[in-house]
Amino acid sequence: MQIARVIGTVVSTQKHRKFEGAKLLLVQPLNIDDTPRGVALLAVDGVGAGVHEKVLIVLEGRAAGEALGRKAAPVDAAIIGIIDSVDMAVA
Amino acid sequence: MLLAKVVGTVVATRKDPRLVSSKLLVVRPIDPRGKAEGSHLVAVDTVQAGVGETVLIVSGSSARMAAGLKECPVDAAIVGVIDAIEMNE
Amino acid sequence: MHLARVIGDVVVTRKDENLAGIKLLVVQPLTPEREPAGRPLVAVDAVGAGVGEEVFFVRGKEASFPFHPAEPPVDAGIVGIVDHWDVER
Repeated sequence: MQIARVIGTVVSTQKHRKFEGAKLLLVQPLNIDDTPRGVALLAVDGVGAGVHEKVLIVLEGRAAGEALGRKAAPVDAAIIGIIDSVDMAVA
Repeated sequence: MLLAKVVGTVVATRKDPRLVSSKLLVVRPIDPRGKAEGSHLVAVDTVQAGVGETVLIVSGSSARMAAGLKECPVDAAIVGVIDAIEMNE
Repeated sequence: MHLARVIGDVVVTRKDENLAGIKLLVVQPLTPEREPAGRPLVAVDAVGAGVGEEVFFVRGKEASFPFHPAEPPVDAGIVGIVDHWDVER
């Protein structure tokens, strides 16, 4: 799993039927110091996340399908939690 | 999937038994305009491709879905020979 | 899933039999600011996308799911056409 921030919403009318009713959000993966890491990607939202929230994302197909609650869905990323805080041990 | 040019063949006598009948080719990924990019890799040929041809490469666990590779320990397969690419950027 | 623009299409006659009838397109991944993000790649089309459209695509074996029960050997597939997106960084 990775930590990411929700940075946007995506609207798509013409999409695969397994996405019907699913909320698609743009998420920016973050390093542990909250700096952006790589390119923003799309994730289905399984927990009711909103823009600006820090979330936990899963980047694997089967797990994302489980989060969406649909078997054999063509998804590879899902938001599975909204992060309250991350506490790091002092190095 | 990636586009690639077949640039060589690999001969390996001692290999996983599930690869005994597989043809292994060296391919170089190219961009849609034909420019080489990235490193060479070895892919299993499932469509009778040959050196010099432009091909379609599938990688990762999907490679095992190519014809005849169901239980094979492979992560890249050639699944098509390209006739043409029409670009409109 | 990733944002992308469809920039080309690919014609392939000699290919894996499970790819028969499936449209192959060249996509350029995009950042939310519409800048190119990495190299173009080939993706199968599951939603009737065309050149010039902005789409989102899925990576991995999941790209084959829209074609179930067929199992085409593909690792990237367009699964939606984007009407619009909004970003608040």
